[in-house]
Amino acid sequence: MFKLIKLLTSLFAVFAVLVTFSTGSMAAGKSKTLKNTTKKGFVRCGVSQGLPGFSNADAAGNWTGVDVDVCRAVAAAVLGDASKVKFTPLSAKERFTALTSNEIDILSRNTTWTLSRDADIGLTFVGVNFYDGQGFMVRKNSGISSVNDFKDGVSACTNLGTTTELNMRDFFNSKGIKYEPVTFEKADEVVAAYDAGRCDTYTTDKSGLAAQRIKLSNPDDHMVLPETISKEPLGPVVRQGDSVWEDIVRWSLNVMIEAEEYGVNSANADSMKSSDNPAVKRLVGAEGELGAALGLDNDWSLRIIKQVGNYGESYKRNIADTGILPDRGPNELWTKGGILYVPPAR
Amino acid sequence: MNIKKILPQLLTLLAVILVFGFFTYNAQVNMENRGIAFGYGFLSQESSFDVQFSLIEYDGSHSYFRAYLVGLLNTILVSVIGIIFATIIGVVVGIARLSNNYLIERTAAVYVEFFRNIPLLLQIFFWYFAALRALPLPQDTEPMLGVFYLTIKGFFVPAFIWNNLDVFIYSVIAALITIFFVKYYARKKQENEGKQTPVLLISIGLLIILPLLSFLIGGASFTIQVPVLDQLSQNSYTYKGGLGLPPELIALALALSLYTATFIAECVRAGVQGVGKGQKEAAASIGLTPNQVLKLVVMPQALRIIIPPTTNQYLNLTKNSSLAAAIAYPDLVLVFAGTALMQTGRAIEIVSITMLTYLSLSITISIFMNWYNKKIAIKEK
Repeated sequence: MFKLIKLLTSLFAVFAVLVTFSTGSMAAGKSKTLKNTTKKGFVRCGVSQGLPGFSNADAAGNWTGVDVDVCRAVAAAVLGDASKVKFTPLSAKERFTALTSNEIDILSRNTTWTLSRDADIGLTFVGVNFYDGQGFMVRKNSGISSVNDFKDGVSACTNLGTTTELNMRDFFNSKGIKYEPVTFEKADEVVAAYDAGRCDTYTTDKSGLAAQRIKLSNPDDHMVLPETISKEPLGPVVRQGDSVWEDIVRWSLNVMIEAEEYGVNSANADSMKSSDNPAVKRLVGAEGELGAALGLDNDWSLRIIKQVGNYGESYKRNIADTGILPDRGPNELWTKGGILYVPPAR
Repeated sequence: MNIKKILPQLLTLLAVILVFGFFTYNAQVNMENRGIAFGYGFLSQESSFDVQFSLIEYDGSHSYFRAYLVGLLNTILVSVIGIIFATIIGVVVGIARLSNNYLIERTAAVYVEFFRNIPLLLQIFFWYFAALRALPLPQDTEPMLGVFYLTIKGFFVPAFIWNNLDVFIYSVIAALITIFFVKYYARKKQENEGKQTPVLLISIGLLIILPLLSFLIGGASFTIQVPVLDQLSQNSYTYKGGLGLPPELIALALALSLYTATFIAECVRAGVQGVGKGQKEAAASIGLTPNQVLKLVVMPQALRIIIPPTTNQYLNLTKNSSLAAAIAYPDLVLVFAGTALMQTGRAIEIVSITMLTYLSLSITISIFMNWYNKKIAIKEK
């Protein structure tokens, strides 16, 4: 009997140790995610399975896009090298589980910021890196020129498990139109089905429509309707409960946008150290102790600007020059008529 | 009571409980740390998403539980269709494999080898996208038999609009019960007096006359609604009225049955070949006709070999139907473990429900097939 008790006690001890190890301690003062990232030597970033302009891999496996650049900025800030990112392509369905179950540390995958996602499922949105809205693509020769031309029985192809599905229902319901939703797990299959004529319209975020249109067999036969039926603020997401890491990601993004605002770019960043404007000097780490507040060195923001560039450079390189959305629309700085406005880095 | 005998059992049980408890506790602590609530309350919330194809009335104003039922019924629908067609094709091909005709035997063999050696997901994609591209747009479709339209947007067939459908259904049930009794008495009669009754003819007669009576005096009636072309825009059309089967359902059912039929065909071949040649010769020598030899001697013995492995194939087919998500057929995985999971973020709850559901479906099929297997097994006296 004594042996049994001894065995039970040791089993319990092993059990307790395992539990402690797996849950860790959040109150250790320093960010656990930051510590793990420095130890591993790379940032674990969840991206899409291929959305040109946002996150897309070329034939050599190099990822580019505005979503990708957010992760690169964090890598530049934390590890000093923007290339030290491990990208994990995720479907819309997998993305949040991958983040909450610790497979990735940043989800930068054209994800819409909504209340229920932010509050309910253990996620925290850190900002917006692209203001988007849902639209519809149709065939040019269909004679449909506005969303008011849709009729009962229209079939709409879209992606599974996104806010798109909900907006689509709200929209068609408000118009009193009976529609047939055809939802696929992967974007490539949505495009293929729409291209084959299975659906009358393809609906998703407008940036997505613009990017996917290139994949159609005859892109010129299709057009995006002018109306926007929803607000889709897309931005990076982190796990809830690690506020230091959350701040690092938030301010890595903000620095890119603020750098554009002050005219600091990858080419002139070094020379800006001797600028007369204290805001610019703070931005390139020549003044103040901004890095220390985040647990980083003072050159963190300079590295982001030098290695990744400011937001305008990232947009131009990934979205404008690739012909996806040459016009910045709402994604222009607030000083130039857009709605990009970030809190000051000071 | 021997402590040496019980102790290992007790320890094993304890270990199992500890491992299970560890995972549960671990999940609980981690979810709490990350602010994830756990619970099944979301099932009664409004789902606010629509589903393309549903057997019960459903739209986004219904609950997540109803969305679950929609997915479950769609899974059952495609599984039942798949099982029926896979069985028919499987039996035909399995017997063709035993044919003395070289051409038939070879064709069946090539079919089996070809379809069972290509991954199922590829076949599903092939049938969906190849068929989609090959099928005509609704406005270019030539009707089959005047009222059937096979188009890229689905297979449109006439629908029956019923009056007093229940009377008709009762009449069919009554006919089936009567047939059961007729069969019973026919067997009794043969056992006692040796006289044979034409059961088949009587059954067919009953199945025609009773439902016919429900139309004539029961007040049951129906009108046929034929699908009509409907213009949506300058160059896009669809069919209205009638019944529309989505192409996703057709492609999935086709791929599942063609794939599973190859395995069933091999089971059937093995079963028939497993019956000794002497059995057939002996049966023929006591004067049974070739039909009777097959029905009374060969098949009862072959079925015993065929049923257990075929049960596995039915189970496989049901589980494989979850590949539906790839081609937008709204089955349980797509609707519930897909959209609903995404909208609620309740991964653990939804995945556990989905797993339990597939488990229950499989066990139900197993129980039924085991019961059937027992029924046809040799009853030793």
